[in-house]
Amino acid sequence: MSIKKYFGIGFSVFSLLTMSACSDSDNDDVMKDVVVTQSYELTVSNLTNNQPFSPLAVSIHGANYTAWSIGTESSLGLEMLAEGGATAGFLSEATAAGAYVTVSGDAPIFSGESGTLEIESILNDKMELTIATMLINTNDAFTGFHGFDLTSLEIGDEVTVLLPVYDAGTEANNELVGTIPGPADNGEGFNVARNDVDVVARHSGVVTNADGYAESVLDSSHSYDAPVAKLVLKRTE
Amino acid sequence: MKTNSILAISTLPLLLASSIASAQVLDVKVTNLTQGMFFTPLLVSAHDNSLHLFETGESATSELTAMAEGGDISGLVTASEALGAVNSENPAAGLLSPSSSTTVSDLNTGSNGYLSITAMLLPTNDGFVGLDSWAIPEEAGTYTLFLNAYDAGTEVNDEIVNGGGAVGVVGIPANPGANGGTGASGVTTSESNQTIHIHRGNVGDTDNAGGVSDVDSRIHRWLNPVAKVVVTVK
Repeated sequence: MSIKKYFGIGFSVFSLLTMSACSDSDNDDVMKDVVVTQSYELTVSNLTNNQPFSPLAVSIHGANYTAWSIGTESSLGLEMLAEGGATAGFLSEATAAGAYVTVSGDAPIFSGESGTLEIESILNDKMELTIATMLINTNDAFTGFHGFDLTSLEIGDEVTVLLPVYDAGTEANNELVGTIPGPADNGEGFNVARNDVDVVARHSGVVTNADGYAESVLDSSHSYDAPVAKLVLKRTE
Repeated sequence: MKTNSILAISTLPLLLASSIASAQVLDVKVTNLTQGMFFTPLLVSAHDNSLHLFETGESATSELTAMAEGGDISGLVTASEALGAVNSENPAAGLLSPSSSTTVSDLNTGSNGYLSITAMLLPTNDGFVGLDSWAIPEEAGTYTLFLNAYDAGTEVNDEIVNGGGAVGVVGIPANPGANGGTGASGVTTSESNQTIHIHRGNVGDTDNAGGVSDVDSRIHRWLNPVAKVVVTVK
């Protein structure tokens, strides 16, 4: 119900880029400081029954970074996020690809709850938002949005997006004991071995031991349908 | 319950409607979003508003049935072109594999203002991905659509892979990924809703040498949507 502030506000070094705007010395008296940043508030609601989300990984970047796409092999950072919920590798790939700012949440978002964080970026002609989080009672399912165009949002504008569920394709969905990092299993997270189709796709859902797959450590509570999350994105500054 | 007409036709508005739309040129990119399901040869059809390749809640035509049960689009092509449709047949030149894309380039719609798409989902008995009569915008631009999986309602979903692709022959024609089982006893022998409806999904099992289903519940299920379509109106 309530929007809980699970996340500290983590700004990177870009937080306030102050530029002096003045034409030349003739206009010294009217010279003013212009803070060229934009701020956003993101709230992610977990719409699943029993699939906690790992801490959010968020970046604002230009048009030359695509965190994932259907039919393309997952990056190592995405594999780490989707199999184990780690944000660091995923976000450093964004930074390496020129992201203006990255933010990581510091706690999971449990089913029925929401997490909010704020992110501030330098202004640029191209501004896109990417967000990702793992469904931690799965082998390698994640949800998120890549490349959301921010440039059309005015201050105070708010958009709501329902998020699909993806499969990183890096770990087979065998649901076996020891393979799922969330509380359903407390098993392994990231494993560098790739034993699945090795491309990103939409997720087909979990089978669970309530649906004829006795070896699954998951039960009916872990089932889900799409969408799995609601993202409310507001430009605050 | 089959309708007699080849395709649903309402005769009078035909001439009126076709005189309104002006020719447009489209690129249509279709992406199979699933991880484990194949699309049989796609039919991408521009037609007028008198025609539906399929409609939810209606019985499948014999042409739609041939597509949904066996992947055969020839009947839909013939019937729709008789009504003035402009078609792109089989743009992927065969199956569209899981998570892959194909593009129809420069489809000139002529006087047709609506776009429809169909392809069978494998392995299923009579599941298909579809778009029914999307009104093509007059404004140039890029439009993104997400398509659901439908059940033609014409065949029981027994999930037995036995080569049965002909109309009226029960069974799944093929599992192109060769990642399922054999020897299944069958999931069901009845189909409650015999009209076109949202597919309830494969059941599957994890027994590759028997069980109720020849498809794998860990691989051959899906959640909607199953396809992404990006239409560029030029």
